[in-house]
Amino acid sequence: MSDRRVSAGAGRLDPAAVFAALGDPTRLSLVGKLSADPRLSISRLAEGSALTRQAVTKHLRVLENAGVVASERSGREILYSLEPAPIAEMRAYLDGISRQWDDALARLKAFVEE
Amino acid sequence: MEDRIEKRIELTVPVARVWRALTDYREFGTWFRVALEGPFVAGQEVRGRITYPGYEHLVMTVTVQSVQPEWLFSFTWHPYAIDPDTDYSSEPPTLVEFKLTPLPTGTMLVVTESGFAALPVHRRDEAFRMNTRGWSSQMENISQHVGQTR
Repeated sequence: MSDRRVSAGAGRLDPAAVFAALGDPTRLSLVGKLSADPRLSISRLAEGSALTRQAVTKHLRVLENAGVVASERSGREILYSLEPAPIAEMRAYLDGISRQWDDALARLKAFVEE
Repeated sequence: MEDRIEKRIELTVPVARVWRALTDYREFGTWFRVALEGPFVAGQEVRGRITYPGYEHLVMTVTVQSVQPEWLFSFTWHPYAIDPDTDYSSEPPTLVEFKLTPLPTGTMLVVTESGFAALPVHRRDEAFRMNTRGWSSQMENISQHVGQTR
């Protein structure tokens, strides 16, 4: 399972935290910006939105705690980038359960329609 | 990101037939592949041994939430509870709902499972293990089949 681990330091993922982090429209828009343009500063992330730098910082902290984004220092700025693993992992988890339902419902259909 | 799964399926039989297949515990067990020990009663727990090939060592437990004839059947359970040595009862369950709507051609069945966000950390890994095992047993079946017909 080592290939499923998040990047160094983040430790193991908490699905609840990932779901909660991605369940907010503002944070989802930040994730959207980061997926289009990796490594953005807080000012760049606040650009074109009604959010203050403080608000962006707060949302980034939630995303970082959930392991969804990582930060690094570059001179006087902190740059944020997306960690693709948690999102892919949650999607794979739901896909697995989803496939089981597809199989079960196909059996139900065959059973009632026979 | 949504913490729920929703499935829709159209069935070419009347609502009453689908309702029976969902809520008669023997019929449910036939297609779901579980040998349930008793009927579904709102507020009560039902257990049964899985009959799906490769998972017969597992016991599934559901707690029936709602039984509203020909409209809604729901239960809570622990998804992917695949380790026979683990007690899952302290974990938050997910809610499974079956909703039926009559169609001119038969029945629309909508199944939702919700509440995954509350699942504990380590359970995600089990989900992966289960999928992986599912695949490897499929591959074994194929190789056995190929071996026999060679």
